[in-house]
Amino acid sequence: MNYTPQEITETIRMVQMEHLDIRTVTMGISLLDCAAAETDALCGRIYDKIMARAGRLVPVCETIEKELGIPIVHKRIAVTPIALLAGGIPAQGFIAVARTLDRAAAAAGVNFIGGFSALVHKGFTRGDTDLMAALPEALAGTERLCASVNLATSKAGINMDAVAMMGRIIRQTAELTADKGSVGCARLVVFCNVPEDNPFMAGAFHGIGEPETVINVGVSGPGVVLNAVRKSPEADFRELAEIIKKTAFKITRMGELVGRMASERLGTRFGIVDLSLAPTPAVGDSIAAILEEMGIERCGAPGTTAALALLNDAVKKGGAMASSSVGGLSGAFIPVSEDAQMIAAVEAGAMSLEKLEAMTCVCSVGIDMVAVPGDTPAETLSALIADEMAIGMINKKTTAVRIIPVIGKKAGQRVEFGGLLGSAPVMAISRLDSSRFVKRGGQIPSPIASLTN
Amino acid sequence: MENPKSLRAVITVVGVDRVGIIARITAKLAELGINILDISQTIMGDLFTMSMIVDLAGAQKPFVEVRDDLTALGQEMGMAIHAQREDVFRYMHRI
Repeated sequence: MNYTPQEITETIRMVQMEHLDIRTVTMGISLLDCAAAETDALCGRIYDKIMARAGRLVPVCETIEKELGIPIVHKRIAVTPIALLAGGIPAQGFIAVARTLDRAAAAAGVNFIGGFSALVHKGFTRGDTDLMAALPEALAGTERLCASVNLATSKAGINMDAVAMMGRIIRQTAELTADKGSVGCARLVVFCNVPEDNPFMAGAFHGIGEPETVINVGVSGPGVVLNAVRKSPEADFRELAEIIKKTAFKITRMGELVGRMASERLGTRFGIVDLSLAPTPAVGDSIAAILEEMGIERCGAPGTTAALALLNDAVKKGGAMASSSVGGLSGAFIPVSEDAQMIAAVEAGAMSLEKLEAMTCVCSVGIDMVAVPGDTPAETLSALIADEMAIGMINKKTTAVRIIPVIGKKAGQRVEFGGLLGSAPVMAISRLDSSRFVKRGGQIPSPIASLTN
Repeated sequence: MENPKSLRAVITVVGVDRVGIIARITAKLAELGINILDISQTIMGDLFTMSMIVDLAGAQKPFVEVRDDLTALGQEMGMAIHAQREDVFRYMHRI
């Protein structure tokens, strides 16, 4: 036998008992050649191109799932940031573009489409300004559309005018979707150092350095790592890192295999595997549970940041060898609403927004899927975004904020988003005033460390 | 790295032991034109477990349909039968 019975059993157990899955196969599609000065022409070209390239994405992925016996949870589409190709149309046309993307996503059978995006880390073009102004209405009028705005980079610094605007835009989006738990904000994320090949929503878009079309894969598997850690209660940290590395290797290999098969069958380039550990609300499929298994009573207690740092680094080391090309966000995710154990930690009073911020220094992304009280001022949201952007800028890493001021809810209550997005406890946010800081405007200069040439 | 187009699959069978399990499954495989390359079988307690590596090069149907047929046979027999492409195991366990 080429494989030992233990190896065969291990693989089957990972899928059936430990929630090993491919979190997403995301097709990136360039829309740069769709640019037009007239709204109807632009929308028509966008729709036709998406359907021509991604029409077979879902059936191809479903066949691969069956052949391999591994679920591919999400099939998604990422397109060129719309602000780059829609600068010529009238401002009100952006809503029509948003609806077109939503319609194309539905027709292709994908649950999210990303790329209603703008890159404004150093300033605004006309298209950027119009897209940002359209965000609240675009998100409220769609179901599958995901939007992102890059506000800062380590090279350019932080566009604080854009940070101030995004605080207001997030509030407006919350108000327009107030009847659904302000869920519009769950499809809107702001970034520092946004990756151009990230397959995960809400931040996926097809970057300008990318080819015509590409397949990027996001893997998952916190449950598999949790089980491996659980089996070694006495391991010291060096041993623990080894165990996580080996497990991450195996998880990532499945992403590599799926990416190669999907890209070949779709006649598309294989882009990257994103080495992320992405939790789901299912019991045992939790990042917080891994940290607690390492010996922390509750996620958020002292030691949490160090545990996360070890986990994040070991996942990257194990995953890097498993894939021919690694990219995207590549790190552990800590979205509060999508991690049952994280929700439990918040509800037990163990996890605060400030601790989450510290954790974002050592893992991928940032303040992700965090619900805050509905009366949080726009300036406070902006100031929180500025803090997170500063962490990314100085540490030359990606950071992001996906925050939901839930209209009508107070700290300690719970909000149900339904569907893929789960539910979230509303977390307390500082009531102190940062508005004078936010109103200064202008650019926070890039750090001296950015002068690397 | 070998070509991911391999036509091999791993079939696993788990269930309560009784007479004729292998006979029924191998008869089905023969009917589908599937060649068995390797079999490993053990009894743990009263649980029958078997892993097979098979070659689908001469199969009558596409892999997904073969898999559905085997799942249905498993339900008929009261056993869990899984068929997965061998690539899964090669990618995960071999560098």
